[in-house]
Amino acid sequence: MLKGIFNPKSFGLAAGILIVLALLPPILPRFYIYILAVIFVTALLAMSLNMIVGHGGLFQFHHGAFYGVGAYTAGLMLTKTSLPAWLGLVAGPFAAAFVGLLIGVFCVRLTRLYFGMLQISLGSLIWAIAFRWYSLTGGDDGIHGIPLPPPISSSTGAYYCCLIFLAICLFFLYLILKSPFGATLLAIRDNPERCEAIGINVRRHQLIAIVIATFFAGIAGVLFVVVEASVFPDLLFWVFSLEVFIMCLLGGWFTFAGPIFGAAIMVSLRTFVGTYTEYWTLILGIILILLIFFLPEGVWGYLLEKLGPQKQDLHKEHK
Amino acid sequence: MELVQTITLPALGSHLLVGLSRAMILFVVTSGMSLVLGVLRVPNVAHGSLYMIGAFTAFSISHLFGGGAIGFWLALILSPLGVAAVSLIAERSLFCHLYEREHLMLLLFTFALMLILGDLVKMVWGADYRSMMAPEFFRGSVTLFQAPFPRYNLFLLVVGPLVAVGLWFFSNKTKIGKIARAAAVDREMVGAIGINVSWVFAFAFVLGCFLAGLGGALVSPTVSITIGMDHHILMDAFLIVTIGGLGNMWGAMVGSLIFGITQSFGVLLLPQFAIVFPYLAVVIILIWRPTGLLKSVW
Repeated sequence: MLKGIFNPKSFGLAAGILIVLALLPPILPRFYIYILAVIFVTALLAMSLNMIVGHGGLFQFHHGAFYGVGAYTAGLMLTKTSLPAWLGLVAGPFAAAFVGLLIGVFCVRLTRLYFGMLQISLGSLIWAIAFRWYSLTGGDDGIHGIPLPPPISSSTGAYYCCLIFLAICLFFLYLILKSPFGATLLAIRDNPERCEAIGINVRRHQLIAIVIATFFAGIAGVLFVVVEASVFPDLLFWVFSLEVFIMCLLGGWFTFAGPIFGAAIMVSLRTFVGTYTEYWTLILGIILILLIFFLPEGVWGYLLEKLGPQKQDLHKEHK
Repeated sequence: MELVQTITLPALGSHLLVGLSRAMILFVVTSGMSLVLGVLRVPNVAHGSLYMIGAFTAFSISHLFGGGAIGFWLALILSPLGVAAVSLIAERSLFCHLYEREHLMLLLFTFALMLILGDLVKMVWGADYRSMMAPEFFRGSVTLFQAPFPRYNLFLLVVGPLVAVGLWFFSNKTKIGKIARAAAVDREMVGAIGINVSWVFAFAFVLGCFLAGLGGALVSPTVSITIGMDHHILMDAFLIVTIGGLGNMWGAMVGSLIFGITQSFGVLLLPQFAIVFPYLAVVIILIWRPTGLLKSVW
């Protein structure tokens, strides 16, 4: 079954990259290991968003809310309860998927921009609660120094944890997008009316896609806790959600691997530009404008178009 | 936490007034966003930044003239005009080239504009808190419902309806307003009868941003002016236009009233969670009517 799905060349390439990344920690200084772990987490978040934005055509404007819910669930269960640590880490994605289901039920009743506006509204409610409920969530300070169990409490352990989970999640995301369900999702993106006409339940498919994507966002949230050992309400703020949106655009919407590149570029730019100037968002804004005008298909989308004669199946002309 | 400590009739009345005056500021800002949404069909993410610029320039102008009455009135007139000028430059130099593109690109452009303007404000004014005094005439308070009510808020209660009437007059009685509404419905048809749609859009965009600046100038004597105020007002404005019905000006009014009043009653009930009440109202309204209370122009 898997033979038909995986292109041996790109599969080999991915495995090669994975092995190289697995060998890095003893060589690189700790700071770079940390940055790479942050990139993995952010890449997973962007990938989960792109599953419904690039491949599903939904205007998921507040994806950060689910990321934050995953992170807060794990963080709160690790600090406030005496339950075993793994339970808190497992609960994060399920909580995110549950909130995704709750919000998704209302959002899929609407289309396009209205969908996005409603989602920002509902996501902001979650932000407001996290921001104000000082006794539970620590308000605008967040929660710091979350105790993590031994294997993942060291920076190398966190690195491997993020890498392994990123690889597993990417594998499953790929399978989902290549499955009949993924094909239906693409069809809905390109022509919802026709899909409806041939008997596809558009809303149900969109809702399932949202729940899956928010589950993966929840995993990313838990991994964030693993890397940073802290949570704060900025994770749930809409500005961050739009930043993740830009990562998908930067890498390339209509490619599978694009958001990974987008996340890697954004995180490293923020880290390295941030050391030179405090006006990092100004530079981000300028990059975004250049991108909109010159590279609307994203960096990876552009490279695939220029270099690859063997086009990925997922890489389709939009409309 | 005591729940029912101060809920008396006068307390309700004075909180209602506070909520109304807050709603007027929200309406001025939101009506501008609603106008841009209605005509260009783009949620202007930079709207909050323009509001912040309006507040900062109002502070600087009033400061320049020694904080007196002249400074205040000049600030009220000049800072929205300055904001309008900034938006006109952004619109004519970059934004207008994107009208043929997907709407998502327009939205992302306004987000880029928000990022840039936010940092420019930080460069010019720094990260400190600023505050500005209302002129002598508006200081102090009058007693309404046995509670002091700031005079300046009374002024806001007058300005809000004036803006509403002005906007109504603009969009229903003037030629360019009618063209703008027509362009919102069918851009190509309006272009086909020989009207330069790009300039109509520019006009609507700049007017919307003018209102953001006006809102910023109006709010400046009542709050501490700081970076970060853009994000919060933008979120509120988003929610208000969504519950009101996208692009509907009266919807913006209804939404602002709901938002302002639930917030001030929230302060009365549970001060710590006052910020949650408007969001809760929004969620209830959206579950009940997902496309907003009034008819959307889309």
